[in-house]
Amino acid sequence: MIEGITIYEILTLTTIIFFIGVYGFLTRTNLISMLISVELILNASVVNFVIINKYLYPDVLQGVFFSIFIIAVAAAETALAISIIINLYRQISSVEVKDTEIMKY
Amino acid sequence: MIVFAVAAVSNRKMLRSVIYLLFVLVGVAGIFFLIDYNFLAAVQLTVYAGGIIVLMIFSVLLVHHIELELELAKPLKQVIAGITCLIGIGVVLSTIYTHDFNVVENANTTTTADIGSKMLSYEAGGFVLPFEVVSILLLAAMVGAIIIAKGKKLVNKTED
Repeated sequence: MIEGITIYEILTLTTIIFFIGVYGFLTRTNLISMLISVELILNASVVNFVIINKYLYPDVLQGVFFSIFIIAVAAAETALAISIIINLYRQISSVEVKDTEIMKY
Repeated sequence: MIVFAVAAVSNRKMLRSVIYLLFVLVGVAGIFFLIDYNFLAAVQLTVYAGGIIVLMIFSVLLVHHIELELELAKPLKQVIAGITCLIGIGVVLSTIYTHDFNVVENANTTTTADIGSKMLSYEAGGFVLPFEVVSILLLAAMVGAIIIAKGKKLVNKTED
């Protein structure tokens, strides 16, 4: 654990980052910006897993494994989403949500 | 980190918000270093800062003109989303601060060897099955990404 920093402060930080991500997801109209917000949300949850593992149950490693799996899934999701976005841009020349009407070609 | 996160979701230029996201991710890696999970910090730096950010920058550069300014959502929608998020922050923080955490004082250092042997053990509490499932998932995602990004050309070739 970090000297002089309580678990409450770090959980507050991750909560704020999580809801910043939610806010960005709700307000942005661009697919790539929404992807950035999703990354923020995932990162906040990863930090939560690791912090709770370290502060409350330092003898086990489950939180670390869960965060590694979350990182792997996030990487796969980003790669797929970006390929979809690039394909979409080729077909309709836009990445705004309101222009996205067909997802099947 | 909070400042950079706000900047990442509120900046109107795509490339800048991606770079602010990079700063947030590096800050998270810093937290991992501080609590002595060095392997996790290295994974965070390589996968996120190395892989995902580069992918995003590529896609931004392919899709946008750099100077293009994004249109913003309607002010009403922004206000509603902001209020929803503030309520959410309030609920979660009040829950956190009323809960009494049973913090264990420790200075354990986790080595990468511990993580590896625990992750690949098939006894109780081992994680070998999800590990293999994730490897299959990554393979499928890679193949899928290539197929989707190449889509039309492949279809045309098979039709010929």
